[in-house]
Amino acid sequence: MGTTRVLGALAVAGALAVASAMQAQTYPTGNDPRNGLKPGKGGDAGEVAHGMKLMSLTPKAAVFDSVNGLDFANSDIAFGGKYVYQGNFAGFSIWDISNAAKPVLMSTVKCQTSQGDPSIYGNLLFVSAEGAGNRKDCGKAPVTDPSQHTAGVRIFDVSNPSEPKLVKNIETCKGSHTHSLLPSKKDKNILYIYVSGSGGARAENDLPGCKNGTDPADTTNAMYRLDVIKVDLRKPDSAYVVTGARIFTGLGPAPRPGRAGGAGGRGGRGDAAAAAPGGAPATPPPAPSGPRNCHDVTIYPARDLLAGACGSYGILVDVKNPEKPVRLDAISDSTFSLWHTAVFSNDGKKVVFTDEWGGGTGPMCQATSMMQQGGNTTLEITADRKFRQGGYFKPNFAQTAQENCVSHNGGVIPVPGRDIMTQGWYQGGINIIDFTDPKKPVEIGYFDRGAIDNPPPIDQGPPSTAAGGRGSARSTTGGSWGSYYWNGYIYSSEIARGLDVVELTPTADLSANEIAAAKLVRYEQYNPQSQPVIAWPAAYPVVRSYVDQLQRKNGLAAARITAINASLDASEKLTGAARKSALSKLGSEVEKDVAGSPDGPRVKTLSAEIKRLAAATK
Amino acid sequence: MNRPTIFKKSALLLLGVALLPLAFACEKPKPEAAIDHTGMAGMSGMDAPVTIPPGARFTAADVHFMQGMIAHHAQAIYMSRLANENGANTRVKFLATKIDQSQRVEIVQMQGWLLDNGQTAPDTMSYKTMMMQGMLTAAELKELETLRGVEFDRKFLEYMIKHHEGAIQMVKDLFAAPMSGQETNINVFANDVEQVQTAEIAAMHQLLADL
Repeated sequence: MGTTRVLGALAVAGALAVASAMQAQTYPTGNDPRNGLKPGKGGDAGEVAHGMKLMSLTPKAAVFDSVNGLDFANSDIAFGGKYVYQGNFAGFSIWDISNAAKPVLMSTVKCQTSQGDPSIYGNLLFVSAEGAGNRKDCGKAPVTDPSQHTAGVRIFDVSNPSEPKLVKNIETCKGSHTHSLLPSKKDKNILYIYVSGSGGARAENDLPGCKNGTDPADTTNAMYRLDVIKVDLRKPDSAYVVTGARIFTGLGPAPRPGRAGGAGGRGGRGDAAAAAPGGAPATPPPAPSGPRNCHDVTIYPARDLLAGACGSYGILVDVKNPEKPVRLDAISDSTFSLWHTAVFSNDGKKVVFTDEWGGGTGPMCQATSMMQQGGNTTLEITADRKFRQGGYFKPNFAQTAQENCVSHNGGVIPVPGRDIMTQGWYQGGINIIDFTDPKKPVEIGYFDRGAIDNPPPIDQGPPSTAAGGRGSARSTTGGSWGSYYWNGYIYSSEIARGLDVVELTPTADLSANEIAAAKLVRYEQYNPQSQPVIAWPAAYPVVRSYVDQLQRKNGLAAARITAINASLDASEKLTGAARKSALSKLGSEVEKDVAGSPDGPRVKTLSAEIKRLAAATK
Repeated sequence: MNRPTIFKKSALLLLGVALLPLAFACEKPKPEAAIDHTGMAGMSGMDAPVTIPPGARFTAADVHFMQGMIAHHAQAIYMSRLANENGANTRVKFLATKIDQSQRVEIVQMQGWLLDNGQTAPDTMSYKTMMMQGMLTAAELKELETLRGVEFDRKFLEYMIKHHEGAIQMVKDLFAAPMSGQETNINVFANDVEQVQTAEIAAMHQLLADL
């Protein structure tokens, strides 16, 4: 889209070029339709959409309906069967989404659990607990004695979605900001949970054996590791921390760009040797340590890969042996404030990392906000399983000071032949990004509302302190915590307003066939931080997606596109053996187009998909 | 250990039920000491009266943390803006702009939290009257103002590292204080401060090494 600023243009090699690129701090310039929408608490806010349409906005349950900061903020979501599990800082909700236009609330569990990111596995719901105020008994009262405190992962039995039951609180030293599931490939009864805890370790009197050490080499300290929980699904109440994965060992402070010998364009590798290349600096700095923990990790179990967003580093880890993960690479980037989350491409050869500048509560998408901070970067994973950094992306819009906005959680949309994801940007709304070309990610759709709050008046007067009255310029934290595609629709967890369900609509950048092909992909369950493999059935929309893509990018002559489409249409009118034969013939014809196409591999895939459809035709 | 500094009225947003002249600012005896590890609880004046509403999930230490961090952030912003005027190199300027933008937003959030919870909120001039851990003394600030180019870069980075380490210590002290850091917003904010500033300290060490 023409209005989208792609920072990939800054992807230049060499230190000097990097320095000048950074000098040119850029700010949003576009006259974007998302700028200046009318504020409103709920669905009354101004809305604008491109390439998608709102199906429903369902308000959160009354018990979570509060504007008191983050106390009742909705957090992440997980998907299983006909249910959406929506976390909240004060518990969670289970929605029946059989009808996307009308989600039905099955239950709301009140249980103080910040930040409450959920994962579903069978009938077990796992919920991240990190806050110092989370109680074992789920209560709202303050923790007055360490024995009441829980931090780690709560396990709920949700076999009856109307009546979830707390099974166990698994305690970890740093609590759990987020977590990611890794099912054992050897034993279907074993599930591993990788826990990211972003803060310091709990005190000895809070959880014995936890140590807040500063020495990375000290294996007794609770920092510098990811806690790994092992769950026997037959006895979930016996789940325990099986190991502390020390994936940070040897990482120094993040190397910065602009130095001869520094690897990578804007960043570099974090190995201790690379941290001080080319002789000692004039003034040797003290030796600060590298990352101590991750904010979030995404696992791609089918590929044995984990992408960790860990403070000043993006980290790639081999998790073939879940109890002994091995770091493959680590990369830093000074234009990233805080590595936050990761999304793999379906082929596992790219990872999009996000940067949560401002922590999610800050309005970091204003006209005066730096474009270099708070967006995404796409990394390629090379054949030898190392990172290679591509372009940046941040929407070129100017949100208001009342809208908390920064890059946040998302997931892949299963469009064949392209790498497309949807992502939440808090009150910056949700969008769709095509990252097929890792150097030039492009925005191809969005849905956004105006701010929840009006701008504060010039004279505020004294605050009303009665009944939690708000007297300040502090805006309501809201917007999309995460936006994910699941079985035909995009679901977005609206922190303040509830649950949004959105449907894709065709545009020049995404065809009806591509949308139909995505709808063919169905899962029994989906946890965005434990990414499933996408497999498309043999079907006409899948075939036509490739034709549309070749047409869009001039991969075949217009006459050939017309002819192939006509042949496909004709074949679809046939049945049985006649259809099978027509498709086989077309598949072979298209194979001959490979050589003359500027996008031969795509034509080849098209041919293969036509033949696969022929083979599946009975 | 210290004598409390009395606020000028102009340094406070005169809002809230309790218009007591809160005297929680503390001066450090040795400005050159890198980090003061004694913690807020041990500093005289830090137990100045703060009214905690019944049923609230926050403590006086939480309120002091937010108030003190406003002054702390305000000074970081002042230091960061010097980078533009004093000929800092592009990478230092980039970092300084980021600190400026990030901490400006956080000040609004801290003031908002304090006001929404019936507390007094310092304004951005408060760094002149409140002394929190890692903050520069008036003399150090004056020194920084006079430096140019690479001399500025070096001192700016050294001071900002110390400044950030102070903020992280404030977070540690907060969580060490009884029943503090539990209120959800404070908990999230304090964790964010620790994470972001830890990452920035690593970045600054590298910038320093590259000068």
